[in-house]
Amino acid sequence: MRVLDCNKMAGGALVRYPGRTFMMLLATAIGVAAVLVLTSLGEAARRFVTDEFQSLGTHLVIVIPGRSETSGANPAMMIAETPRDLTLDDARAVLRSPHVARLAPVVVGAASVSRGSLEREISVIGTTPEFRKIREWRMRLGEFLPNVTMERGAPLCVIGAKVRTEIFGTDPPLGQWLRVGDRRCRVSGVLAPEGTSVMIDVNEVVIIPVIDAQALFNSPGLFRIVLQATSREAMPLAQADAKRIIAERHYGEEDVTVITQDAVLSTFDGIFGTLTMALGGIAAISLVVAGVLIMNVMLVAVSQRTAEVGLLKALGATRRQIIALFLTEAFFLAALGALVGLLLGYGIVAAMRVFYDTLDFVPPLWAAAGALLVAMACGIFFGILPARRAADLDPIQALMGR
Amino acid sequence: MIQLQELCRDFDVGEEVVHALDHVSLKLPAGEYVSIMGPSGSGKSTLLNILGLLDTPTSGSYTLDGVNTSQMDDNELASIRQNKIGFVFQSFHLVPRLSALENVELPMMLSGNDPKLRRERGHAALERVGLGHRDSHRPSQLSGGERQRVAIARAIVMEPKLLLADEPTGNLDSASGREVVKIMEALNAQGLTLLVVTHDPNIGERARRQLKFKDGRLEHDSGVPA
Repeated sequence: MRVLDCNKMAGGALVRYPGRTFMMLLATAIGVAAVLVLTSLGEAARRFVTDEFQSLGTHLVIVIPGRSETSGANPAMMIAETPRDLTLDDARAVLRSPHVARLAPVVVGAASVSRGSLEREISVIGTTPEFRKIREWRMRLGEFLPNVTMERGAPLCVIGAKVRTEIFGTDPPLGQWLRVGDRRCRVSGVLAPEGTSVMIDVNEVVIIPVIDAQALFNSPGLFRIVLQATSREAMPLAQADAKRIIAERHYGEEDVTVITQDAVLSTFDGIFGTLTMALGGIAAISLVVAGVLIMNVMLVAVSQRTAEVGLLKALGATRRQIIALFLTEAFFLAALGALVGLLLGYGIVAAMRVFYDTLDFVPPLWAAAGALLVAMACGIFFGILPARRAADLDPIQALMGR
Repeated sequence: MIQLQELCRDFDVGEEVVHALDHVSLKLPAGEYVSIMGPSGSGKSTLLNILGLLDTPTSGSYTLDGVNTSQMDDNELASIRQNKIGFVFQSFHLVPRLSALENVELPMMLSGNDPKLRRERGHAALERVGLGHRDSHRPSQLSGGERQRVAIARAIVMEPKLLLADEPTGNLDSASGREVVKIMEALNAQGLTLLVVTHDPNIGERARRQLKFKDGRLEHDSGVPA
C-alpha cells in the first residue's frame, strides 16, 4: 500500500464521520491551546520581572543596610531592619574599590511638595548625579542636579514628568521654586517619562541632593548604595569589595547585604522559568486526556468499521497495513487538532495582549513546538491499541459484522 | 488446483466440540465450476472460509496450486488472498464512502499498484461486469444487482485464479441474481475456477459439479464431469 493511498483512506474515514472528527479535533485543540496560553502567561510574567530588573541599569551591585541570611532576591529584605546606619562615609570608602566604576548613595522618603497653593505628597529621593547615569534615565529638560556631589548639596531638584504637569501645568518649570518639606529649591531638570521601574514610579518623584535629603529627613542613614561595576566580570569583585570595606568600617561586622543584579535576575529567571514549565506541564495533562479520548473514539471507529476491516483482510491486507491505516487516522486527528489548537492558542494570546497590555504575552516557541509534538505523539501512542485491535480481528467474524 | 486431505475444522461451543468439517477430502481441478450446497450448519461456509484462507483447518491439509497452505504465516496468506483468490459476499461488502471504481481498485491499492494502472484495470473490470458507465457512483446510488457486480469486478481486478462466492444471490431478487450468476459463469468460461456456496437449488444445479454437505461431511459429489 502506498503512503498516499493510506493517507487518503484514513482521511476519507475522517470526512465520513464529521461529528466524531470534530469532537476529537476540539479535544486536542483545547489541550494545545491551553499549553500555549498558560506558558505565555508564565513567560510574560518572567519577562516582566526580568525586564524590570534589567531596567535598573547595567552591572549593578546594590548595598542594602541590614544583614539578610538568605542571599538572592527577597523583596522583604528591601525594608530589612537596620542595626547600623549605612552612611555617606561608607559610600565614599566603597568608591575607592578599583572594580567600582560609579556609585550613588540613595535616600528615600516622602515629603509634601508644594508650589503656591498646589501641594502634594510625593516620594523624594536624595542622591547624586551619578544615580542618573547608573539608572540610565534620560532628561526631558535641563540638568540632573548640576555640581552636586556626596559632600556638596544645592537648593536644586529634579522632577518627574507627572509631577511637572501636576504642579506646573503648562508653565515652564526650569528655574522655578518648589517647596519640598521645609526646604526651598529650584527645578534644575525634568526627567523624561519612563515606565514604572522597580520600586519607583519615575514619573512621580522629586529628586534632591543626597545631603539635603539627609537633612530633610533628619537621618544620616542611607536607603541604598547603588554602584556600577567596571564590567560584568567585575561584579562579584565589586560585591566582595563592598562587603569587605563596609565590614572593616563597621568594626568587622557584616551588617549589610550586597546583592548583584545578575544574582537577582537569575533568581527571578529561574523562579519564573520553573513556573512556566510547571504551567506548561499542567496544560500538557489535557493533551494526554485528549489522547485517551482519541483512543476511545478510535476504538469506537474500529467497531463501527469491523466489516470494512474484515473486507480489507479478505482482499489481502496485512496486519501491518491495517495498523497503518488506523494509526494514520489517529495521527491525522491529533495533528489536525494540534494545528487548530495552535491557531486557537495564538488567537487567545493575541486577544490577551489586546485586553491586558502591561504584559507582553507571546507563547514561547518551545511550548508551541512541544505541544505540537506531544499532541502528535499522543495520537500515535493512543492509536496503537485500537489499531492493533483492528488488525487482530478475525476476518470471518468481522465480515459478519461481529 | 485445490486438494483437500482429511480436512477437519472443529469449533469449541461451550463444553461441546462441533465438527464443522469432518474429514473432508476433495480435489478440484483448475477451471471448474462447482456449487456447494447443504442446509445451514452443514459446514459449507466453513469450507469456503478455509478455501479462501480466512480460516485454518484444525487438522488435515489444504494444497492450493501445489503449495501446502498450513505452514504459511499471516503475511503469506494475505498475499495469496490478494493475488490468487477473489471473494464475493452475500452482503456485497462495498466500502460506502468509496466510489464503484475506488471499491474495485481497493485490492490493487493494498498491493501498492500504480494509481494509473489501478484506474485502467479497475475500469476494465467494471466493463467486464457491464458497469463501465458507473465508475463514479457510490454504492448507495447503485441497485443491489449492480452492487454485487461491482463486488465481482473487485474480486477479479487482481486476475485471481479462484473465485469464491458465498451466497452471491442471497440478497438479490431473482432477475438480478440470475444476471450475477451469468456474469460469474462467463468469467468461469474464460478459465476462472468458480466456487459458489448457495441455498438455492436453481443456482446450484447450474454448476457442472455439485457438492452437497451435511453435518460437516461431504455427502454427495456429482464428480468431475466427463
